[in-house]
Amino acid sequence: MKGGAVRFLRRIAPQLVTLAVVLAMIGMVFPGFFEISMANGRLYGSPIDILNRGAPVALLAIGMTLVIATGGIDLSVGAVMAICGAVSAAAITAGYGLAATLALALGAGLACGLWNGLLVAVLGIQPIVATLILMVAGRGIAQLITEGTILTFSDEGLAFLGSGTLLGLPTPVVIWLAMGALIVLLVRRTALGMLIEAVGVNRRASMLAGVNARLLVVTVYMVSGLCAALAGIIVTADIRGADANNAGLFLELDAILAVVIGGNSLLGGRFSLVAALFGAVIIQAVNTGILVAGFPPEFNLVIKACIVLAILLVQSPALQGSRLLLRKGARLS
Amino acid sequence: MTPGEGQTLLSARALTKSFPGTKALDGVDFDLRAGEVHALLGENGAGKSTLIKCLTGAIRRDGGDIVLDGRSIDPRDTLHAQQLGIGTVYQEVNLLPNLTVAENLMLGRQPCRFGLVSRKAMNSQAREMLAQYGLSLDVTRNLDSYSVAIQQIVAIARAVSLSGSVLILDEPTASLDRDEVRMLFDVVRGLREKGLGIVFISHFLDQVFEISDRITVLRNGKLVGVRDVAALDRLQLVNLMLGRELAEETRHHGRTGIDYSTEPRLRFSGTGRRGAISPFDLAIQRGEVIGVAGLLGSGRTETVELMFGAAPMDSGTVSMDGKALRLASPRDAVAAGFGFSPEDRKTSGIIGDMGVRENIALALQARTGWMRPVSLRRQRELAQDYIRRLDIRTSDMEKPVGQLSGGNQQKVLLARWLATNPQFLILDEPTRGIDVGAHAEIIRMIEELCTGGMSLLVISSELDELVAYSHRVVVVRDRAHVAELMGEAITSESIVQAIATQHGATATGQAAS
Repeated sequence: MKGGAVRFLRRIAPQLVTLAVVLAMIGMVFPGFFEISMANGRLYGSPIDILNRGAPVALLAIGMTLVIATGGIDLSVGAVMAICGAVSAAAITAGYGLAATLALALGAGLACGLWNGLLVAVLGIQPIVATLILMVAGRGIAQLITEGTILTFSDEGLAFLGSGTLLGLPTPVVIWLAMGALIVLLVRRTALGMLIEAVGVNRRASMLAGVNARLLVVTVYMVSGLCAALAGIIVTADIRGADANNAGLFLELDAILAVVIGGNSLLGGRFSLVAALFGAVIIQAVNTGILVAGFPPEFNLVIKACIVLAILLVQSPALQGSRLLLRKGARLS
Repeated sequence: MTPGEGQTLLSARALTKSFPGTKALDGVDFDLRAGEVHALLGENGAGKSTLIKCLTGAIRRDGGDIVLDGRSIDPRDTLHAQQLGIGTVYQEVNLLPNLTVAENLMLGRQPCRFGLVSRKAMNSQAREMLAQYGLSLDVTRNLDSYSVAIQQIVAIARAVSLSGSVLILDEPTASLDRDEVRMLFDVVRGLREKGLGIVFISHFLDQVFEISDRITVLRNGKLVGVRDVAALDRLQLVNLMLGRELAEETRHHGRTGIDYSTEPRLRFSGTGRRGAISPFDLAIQRGEVIGVAGLLGSGRTETVELMFGAAPMDSGTVSMDGKALRLASPRDAVAAGFGFSPEDRKTSGIIGDMGVRENIALALQARTGWMRPVSLRRQRELAQDYIRRLDIRTSDMEKPVGQLSGGNQQKVLLARWLATNPQFLILDEPTRGIDVGAHAEIIRMIEELCTGGMSLLVISSELDELVAYSHRVVVVRDRAHVAELMGEAITSESIVQAIATQHGATATGQAAS
């Protein structure tokens, strides 16, 4: 058990260090950054804000990690967010109760995941192409649901999911932490994680060992759809309206980036959900940091790209390899 | 320009190449004369493709010399080999199917006018080139609008025009029908007349006898012999490839002591799959080892894939202990207590990036289902137990299996299935490409397991090995089960005889019931 804990810490150490460095850099520019206060039974402060704003990407990263572990990718999650946001807004304005509304929205996410999973696992279409279909079509479907407008609502229950307070934290933070914990327990306390990794490394060999690879692949895309649905509900609830054009726009890329910053290989196989969640928080910390540092907004994307490049360079095996070589060379001479 | 007929064109001396854990080529000599078709034969893993790759520069040899036209050469890569005069055509045509025939032929040296490709000149040159092969095609059509045979010939035309002295054909007939093969052979004969040296790799012995002048046989990375085809019959050839020399009469024969009067553990009745393996009957008793013998491509791997549900059967039924059994997928087979260690360990067996422990636990875990995880402690116990029992050489149980040697990978696969305590274990070439020590251990393991009541089915190209542990031997040829040898009748000679017997002729005398 002790060996396991050590291995886990070693696995997420790069992400912890990266996060610490990013936060330290923000702290230098903006000393008051780490102040956290308690008001009206809720924590306030920039760190809390990072966790709150990072909720959609963190949720997407959970599903994306599992999909990538099987050797796939899910480009449709941004569009699925828009669909599920539109479904929830449409349902609540049509007079459905909160429970029915959530069931419909989550069901829509699962259905989207099932569609992707069937295309990939049963029809054997390459994941990047299969999920591209829904990435393009999904936003159109969302627009059909909202009939081209921003569908607003005023239901307090639904809005609570985006801007309410639960256990002293913003609701979205609680949702993604809970979902993350649930999925981590699900894959690590059962054999799912190991089977997913086996399928990701060598699908044919896994099938010959009796693993139901097809069902596993469909399942991970459905989990990804479910995560996207939660993210879509949060985004919609936050602004009390479903914006089919902008909800979740380009977030699939941030989700993939979170998985990669989390040190997970895009080729599939071994994965760490916790590291991917740290990846999501790092991305949001960078976003927030750029904002509070007061750079003109037109610099944001370029600065973000540079920081991400730096993070990935530090983690790249080629660079680590060359460092090793340098050391060896030094010893030889 | 080309050397006279019969002169040595290409010769390799003492070629050596090692991969981690195996010696793929061990001091192999090879001679190719001008104006001959020289067949290169051997089972999987014999070293054919390694030899070809060394000659074409696709991999660098560890040692040995290659001499072409009297000059020592050292091909850096396939392009360099091509410039030196060695062209290769692979089984899978390596041209560009969505370009025209003419573009494929002239790619990289298109005739230009004012810096632009002159299509007219290119097409007419391509037509001329193909006319030499008796082909008149519309060269402006895409390559993939023609049959594989035509594509092969286009590939040959391109290779010959680029290289022009040595042509290597790697399994060129694997996906051709009879008429197409004849067409291809006419082209090959034409090239032979012109004085090219042609290396022909195939596992169809009929074709080898039809087209070749000489044959070089490799086995386990070593040169077994070079023969003139005119002075060789099928039996001698199969002996060269698989067994020992006929002169060395062996006294070994198979094992006995199985009671065939009881209900067999497994019964396959009329199971087959069109295009893969003709329907066959096979009943397997408790504690029985069935050996499967046959050349590469004979249908032996197809047989076991069918038996494990890895390829769907389109006829026949299966029963276990008298009860009908559904085998639609490997999952069904694993649930019924089957195990299968496939021929290609890397692509179908091991999960390379995962550790020894998880690789061993995988099949057991797949069988118990994801909801009931095999505990970490149990996995460790299993791993420890099998690492000790099978003497798996690894620094620790978390080491990725991909980093182990071939023999140890094979033992991990064995452990994976033994951990499920199977009723019926299928081993496809369990001793291929592994060192002598591990080889002996695996054979001992097979004998131990059947004594414990497990039923086994083992495919092997090593006939001595089959003879040593089999109670019965099924001989597979031309995608059908053609003979079954039993007990005393199992000897290397009788197996070779059954494999080499031509179409129509009956296996002489030793076919048991």
